[in-house]
Amino acid sequence: MKLKVNGLTFSYENRKILDNLEFSVKEGEFVSLLGPSGSGKSTILKLLTGVLVPEGGQITVDGRDIGGMTELFAYMPQNDLLFPWKTILENVCLYGYVHGSLEAVRREAKENFPLFGLSGYEDRYPSELSGGMRQRAAFLRTALCRADILLLDEPFGALDVITRGEMQDWLITMRRKLNRTVVLVTHDMDEAIYLSDRILILNESPGRIVGELVIEEKERGREWLYGQGELRKEIHSRIMAGSGKGTGD
Amino acid sequence: MQMKTYGKNVMPAVVTGGILAVWQLAVEIFRIPMYVLPSPVQVMRALAEERWVLAGHGAVTVGEALVGIGISLVLAVVLGVVMDCFPLMRRGIYPILVVTQTVPMIVMAPILIIYMGFGMGPKILTVVLMCFFPAAVSFSDGLAQVDGEYVNLVRSYGAGKWAAYRLVKIPASIPALISGLKVAATYSISGAVVGEWIGSQRGLGYYLLRVKNGYMLDKVFACVAVIIFLSLCMNGLIRLYQYKALPYLRGKL
Repeated sequence: MKLKVNGLTFSYENRKILDNLEFSVKEGEFVSLLGPSGSGKSTILKLLTGVLVPEGGQITVDGRDIGGMTELFAYMPQNDLLFPWKTILENVCLYGYVHGSLEAVRREAKENFPLFGLSGYEDRYPSELSGGMRQRAAFLRTALCRADILLLDEPFGALDVITRGEMQDWLITMRRKLNRTVVLVTHDMDEAIYLSDRILILNESPGRIVGELVIEEKERGREWLYGQGELRKEIHSRIMAGSGKGTGD
Repeated sequence: MQMKTYGKNVMPAVVTGGILAVWQLAVEIFRIPMYVLPSPVQVMRALAEERWVLAGHGAVTVGEALVGIGISLVLAVVLGVVMDCFPLMRRGIYPILVVTQTVPMIVMAPILIIYMGFGMGPKILTVVLMCFFPAAVSFSDGLAQVDGEYVNLVRSYGAGKWAAYRLVKIPASIPALISGLKVAATYSISGAVVGEWIGSQRGLGYYLLRVKNGYMLDKVFACVAVIIFLSLCMNGLIRLYQYKALPYLRGKL
């Protein structure tokens, strides 16, 4: 297993956010954490990156215990968090600035600009880019980290529905090229179905995994996604069962 | 739209011209003597006649203002980071900063001369005392308002505490620092003039005291015009720096 989470527990202001959370991710796998608001999805990513400290539990990567800040994860937050005072090229090279390897990262970044649809925007500032382009820049910044596992926290949540669809299509093609282990947090059922190898369903606070679905399909497209009514229904019923509200059927 | 922009640019000149015209007419109609109120034309004449004298004294004042504002900038950045890094220090230092601004400079300046003599030292320190506060407070508030998510992001990339300051907190607070510096730069010339007024052999403050004692009000007004001009230039210098060094802020501050 690439990533293993055992008994992860976390509380905030005397409220239990995560209770004995357990899941694992295989090398190169794309796993989505899907659940309603308040299920602690984003908290899981913050605990993995070390921004938050868990009350209990264990996180291991390649069998090694992880505690505190670690460079094994590259985190992409919901907001692009591009620095307004830096150009796009400087922004995507953040890893190089932190680790003193700016030249190498800059070279790699320049090679990747066309792939991320950012050619010609190297010297522009974030305020000059559209929402979709800013997200792609943020994704490139994440991809340029020398991290084994990418953590994507609702990366397209702030985009309009059209741009969001375009970005999902783009991510599908990028996945094969990047060949990395990815954990995606989302509350969008279609996004999870479209992008993931496996979907882990979380219930409402305190968050726990209440269901798991494996998606075998390798050749995915919009038409395929529109035909996944049964899958959507199953996910919905599991979410409702997890929240104790029933399926509503 | 074009008319609106044109009006925006022309209006200040029209209003200023109107005030000067009313002033000139009032002096001429009511025959106000020069030692009470000189007319704009008399002030302009004094300005032309005294240009080299004013330039010499002005250079001294500008020198003191520039050194003072430079020291204020360094102090503001160092103290701002220290206060942000150690909240207990902030609680200790911040009230003292406020107190320094409550003591009238006209009281502080003679005390500084007693301690430091009649050289440039007390004048520069007067500038520092006047300029340091807006710069330090703006920068410190800027640091306190940086979005924590930015800091979390660089920390998750493996950045330590100081790297987070270098990469995020300080650059993100530069706009706030610039705002404070614009105020400080405008005060800097006045600060140097106050210091010179109390005890000096050179500078616009010294010149102002000399011509005031001689009831040469046209020269007093001419000197005031130079002080206003230099204060605006200092403010403009900060704006120029902002425009050149911080292109992402163009049209935003």
